[in-house]
Amino acid sequence: MKFTLSWLKRHLDTDASLKEISDTLTAIGLEVEEITDQGRDFAPFTVAKVEKAEKHPDADKLRVCTVKTADHGTVQVVCGAPNAKTGMKAIFAPDGSYIPGLDVTLKATKIRGVESNGMLVSEKEMCLSDEHNGIIELDDKYEIGTPMAEVFGLDDPVIEIALTPNRADCAGIYGIARDLAAAGLGTLKPLDIKPVKSAREFPAKITIDDKDGCPMFVGRYVKGVKNGPSPEWLQKQLKAIGLRPISALVDITNFITMDQARPLHAYDAKKLQGDVRVGTSKGGEELEALNDKTYELVEGAVTINDDSGVIGLGGVVGGASTGCDENTENVLLEAAYFAPERIARTGRDQGVESDARYRFERGADPEFVVAGMELFTNMVLEICGGEASEVFVAGGVPEWKRTIEYDPAYCKQLIGIDVPKDRQIEILKSLGFEVKASKITPPSWRGDVFGKADITEEIARIVGFDKIPALSVEGPVIPTPADTILGSAMRKARAALAARGLHECVTWSFLAKDQAQAFGANDNQIAALTLQNPISSEMDVMRPSILPNLIEAAERNEARGFAGAALCEVGPVYGGVKPDDQRIVAAGIRSGSNAARHWADENAARSVDLYDAKADAIAALEACGAPGANAQISADAPEYYHPGRSGVLRLGKNVLATFGEIHPSILDEMGIKFPVVGFEIMLDNIPQAKKKGTEKSMLKLEPLQPLTRDFAFLVDENVSANDLLRAATAADKALITDASIFDIYQGKGVEDGEKSVALSITIQPKGESLTDKDLEALSEKVTTLVMEKTGGVLRG
Amino acid sequence: MTDINALKTELTSEIEGAGDLQTLDEVRVAVLGKKGRITALMKTLGSMDPEERKTTGAALNALKDEIADLIKSQERALKKQDMDQRLSTEGEDITLSARQAPHGKIHPISQTMEEMVGIFGSMGFTVAEGPDIEDDFHNFTALNFSPGHPAREMQDTFFLPEDDGEEGEYAKKLLRTHTSSVQIRHMESGEPPYKIVCFGRTYRSDYDMTHTPMFHQMEGLFIDKDVNMGHLKGCLTDFVRAYFKLDDLPVRFRPSFFPFVEPGAEVDIGYTKKPDGGIKLGKAPDGQEQQWMEVLGAGMVHPNVLKNCGVDPDEYQGFAFGMGIERLTMLKYGIPDLRTFFECDTRWLEHYGFDPLDRPNTTTR
Repeated sequence: MKFTLSWLKRHLDTDASLKEISDTLTAIGLEVEEITDQGRDFAPFTVAKVEKAEKHPDADKLRVCTVKTADHGTVQVVCGAPNAKTGMKAIFAPDGSYIPGLDVTLKATKIRGVESNGMLVSEKEMCLSDEHNGIIELDDKYEIGTPMAEVFGLDDPVIEIALTPNRADCAGIYGIARDLAAAGLGTLKPLDIKPVKSAREFPAKITIDDKDGCPMFVGRYVKGVKNGPSPEWLQKQLKAIGLRPISALVDITNFITMDQARPLHAYDAKKLQGDVRVGTSKGGEELEALNDKTYELVEGAVTINDDSGVIGLGGVVGGASTGCDENTENVLLEAAYFAPERIARTGRDQGVESDARYRFERGADPEFVVAGMELFTNMVLEICGGEASEVFVAGGVPEWKRTIEYDPAYCKQLIGIDVPKDRQIEILKSLGFEVKASKITPPSWRGDVFGKADITEEIARIVGFDKIPALSVEGPVIPTPADTILGSAMRKARAALAARGLHECVTWSFLAKDQAQAFGANDNQIAALTLQNPISSEMDVMRPSILPNLIEAAERNEARGFAGAALCEVGPVYGGVKPDDQRIVAAGIRSGSNAARHWADENAARSVDLYDAKADAIAALEACGAPGANAQISADAPEYYHPGRSGVLRLGKNVLATFGEIHPSILDEMGIKFPVVGFEIMLDNIPQAKKKGTEKSMLKLEPLQPLTRDFAFLVDENVSANDLLRAATAADKALITDASIFDIYQGKGVEDGEKSVALSITIQPKGESLTDKDLEALSEKVTTLVMEKTGGVLRG
Repeated sequence: MTDINALKTELTSEIEGAGDLQTLDEVRVAVLGKKGRITALMKTLGSMDPEERKTTGAALNALKDEIADLIKSQERALKKQDMDQRLSTEGEDITLSARQAPHGKIHPISQTMEEMVGIFGSMGFTVAEGPDIEDDFHNFTALNFSPGHPAREMQDTFFLPEDDGEEGEYAKKLLRTHTSSVQIRHMESGEPPYKIVCFGRTYRSDYDMTHTPMFHQMEGLFIDKDVNMGHLKGCLTDFVRAYFKLDDLPVRFRPSFFPFVEPGAEVDIGYTKKPDGGIKLGKAPDGQEQQWMEVLGAGMVHPNVLKNCGVDPDEYQGFAFGMGIERLTMLKYGIPDLRTFFECDTRWLEHYGFDPLDRPNTTTR
């Protein structure tokens, strides 16, 4: 909402400075977004007199002018304008001033050897117009030193406020003035609207069929108007707030819309066919609107009709067929009340933005319909002449009165400051509220005030939020943990993964449909999780997995010349639209080469493999207190992983994590040319620790040293490491505390279909040392069990 | 005795003359070994008379100790010589790169959220959670957005297909436009008092220089019997000062409008413009104009919202607030472009990200 200072002062009698007004507006909830003060911007430029203009000694097209100024004395200016001549009044820009049209700051110079100070400017150089045929030439009536802004009427600051949707009343400048007056910044000038008396009957009929959308429609005929350009003052005001003057009648409606938040309309009566009816659109009707657009109407809009059909979208936009033009002689004036919800819906469905819609959908003042018509008529008669009929009122003022029970003590209870009762009443009255004992009636223009909290807000904002004392909020002395269990898991997982070298990312919750399909969403899920109004088809389905976003991110990094991205994200995935269908996952990928080549490690630059992903998954699980390396493992990872190079870490049915190489076909489909491994940790599935205490189990340290024994077995190549280790440790679960594989070999010396697996077991003697015999027996048992369980033979 | 002295002189010169450890060991064996010269002399003690044995024994023992010490110190000297010799050949190029260590970073959004949990946690707030996919009731109706109200249109909502399993406004599925819906779910799930914060993804259909279709918000709710607007001011003033680590950061509350609060407020923090066009948060020095920027929205929870959640507004009242996490992150850490948060550019993550060991809490700097 924009207005000028002078327009505000039509309604507000005040000595306050622009800064005071601006600060107060913000303090009472009418936040000032911008103040454009061209008077200040143009301050350096003043009227000057060219006392002498002579040809430049060395240039035919230049003139050397002696210019008399008010603040800079008499200066010499070299000027290229053809119209520079002795005796003229012009606008002088001194050295040091900024010329907006040229984007330069002036400084004294020599032009072809002749000294030149400042310049005489054109309209284009001042950004006033495109006129650049010569310098500005002024009437001799202007005194030397008169500010340029004053000459051009630009000395009126324009204030723009961000109007919150509840304040329909301040969509009119009068409402803003009323708020400022209530805040003590001056006196609100009373509105003096004199009803226009007429003995002439209203010569037609208005019928309302859609009383729900339009409870009241007031009409009046004015005969014999002249619809020329509107007077200069009116044009100037409209231009200052960015409205284009069109014709007197249109300008008057715009003026009252801005001034009183009261949209109006004028129909050319000669173009009307028959009586006016207010109805409801069925959908599909066509309207050529005054904004030069043609609309196919949506269903349920409030329409203004005559015998020709729809001639306007009530409260939104008027029709071209009955629009006023320079030939208009007789007019039908309209002042109506339209229901906010209907206007909001029509405006949105039909996609029309207009000043009328803006005000009606926020709620026009229901008591200001007839008054608005009188104001309208007065201005029309004054500016366009003519003879008015009596007022015709169809329908009536909609019910708006509310009484609110209010106890002034509530103010202290809610906002924490004690505002005396009398002061509260004074504030409410200055805003137009009626106060009778404990009963308060908000004024007709405040459709946003319903309850006692609303009333308190009025008092709070006028008193000032800065008057409310700030009270610190304290926690308990012994703090309770703020995090949830899931929140802690997210925190630990991301730290564990970043510590392992993955950069944490945040990617969109949505992705392209084909990727949702590729990464596990079924048809039902895709149907339920497709956005109806996506930003693009690349971002239209809620993600079933984080992996595709990370893979694409790796691809973007590769394209920038940074291959081998290792990325993770901790965030939601979606299996359906119910709250429980959202799961929190910590996912990550590694791509390309595991690390850069390094002089000290010839294997550093190896390609990433599934064991990298497995290690990431285990590290994050263990950071979250879940079993990682000790979890059960199965080979049934989702189909978007490589079928033979992927796995699942689980506790029974409960899937803790999946990991593996991303399926090569999917990478191919995505256009990815480098290897990618990934993992997904289901943070919601991590079992919560059962015991509540803080103590750990008692640590027992064996005094005897542990021993290790190495074995190499020839086994079928399909025997899993897990089975082999399990068989070996079964030899003595008490003594064998660890078993690990340190080498796997296939090739020369090992038959096809077999592999040689070297494993090391750690034996921890308990209490007494083991004899060579004991150890021999144990080794024997390991060999026997491995043979029994896996068919493995000790390699000679 | 002269024999002993002569022997001492002789042995000393032999020991000092040993140029390497092996020679020295040979000397040691020849002197102190089983068949060594001193050992042999010791053996002669048995055939001496007691008086002689006493004096000679003492002299021999002293000689033995002295010689042993001498050998030890010669051994040390030779070992040092060997070591010096060896070390002089073992120079390495210390300018070669160190072994590679992983170096992932934490995303600034996560860092900021963890910082916020720390600050609000110390004020006694706990974290609440809610889903990204919401319904019309929780995102709008319960928050006092009337149907067709322009405020509903101020937010460009992403819609999902209707849920056949639900009815009316519960069937109308959408991506939450703010985390305020978590307030509703939290109040529905238990009895007052409530003192929660929540963090999460929010969505609006907007994509340009300063808007992304997904962003993050933080929401807070404090409802009890005697929580008034003064507490709102204190809580949020303390928060922004703690978050930006500026004790005297100017904070301004001004009236605004959100359907779910009454009175509603926006909170501005003070800054000044730097000559290079940048900004500096804090109190304006004398002679400079104090500039303000909005950082969060807040207000006293609207009685209708309490009623919608089954809480008696005549008994309970309190405040709620919400803020954009990206915006606060950008301000604190000087990150210029919102869109870069979601681009996953490893150079950006490396530069603006945080060390995984640098997890925020309220005790570190």
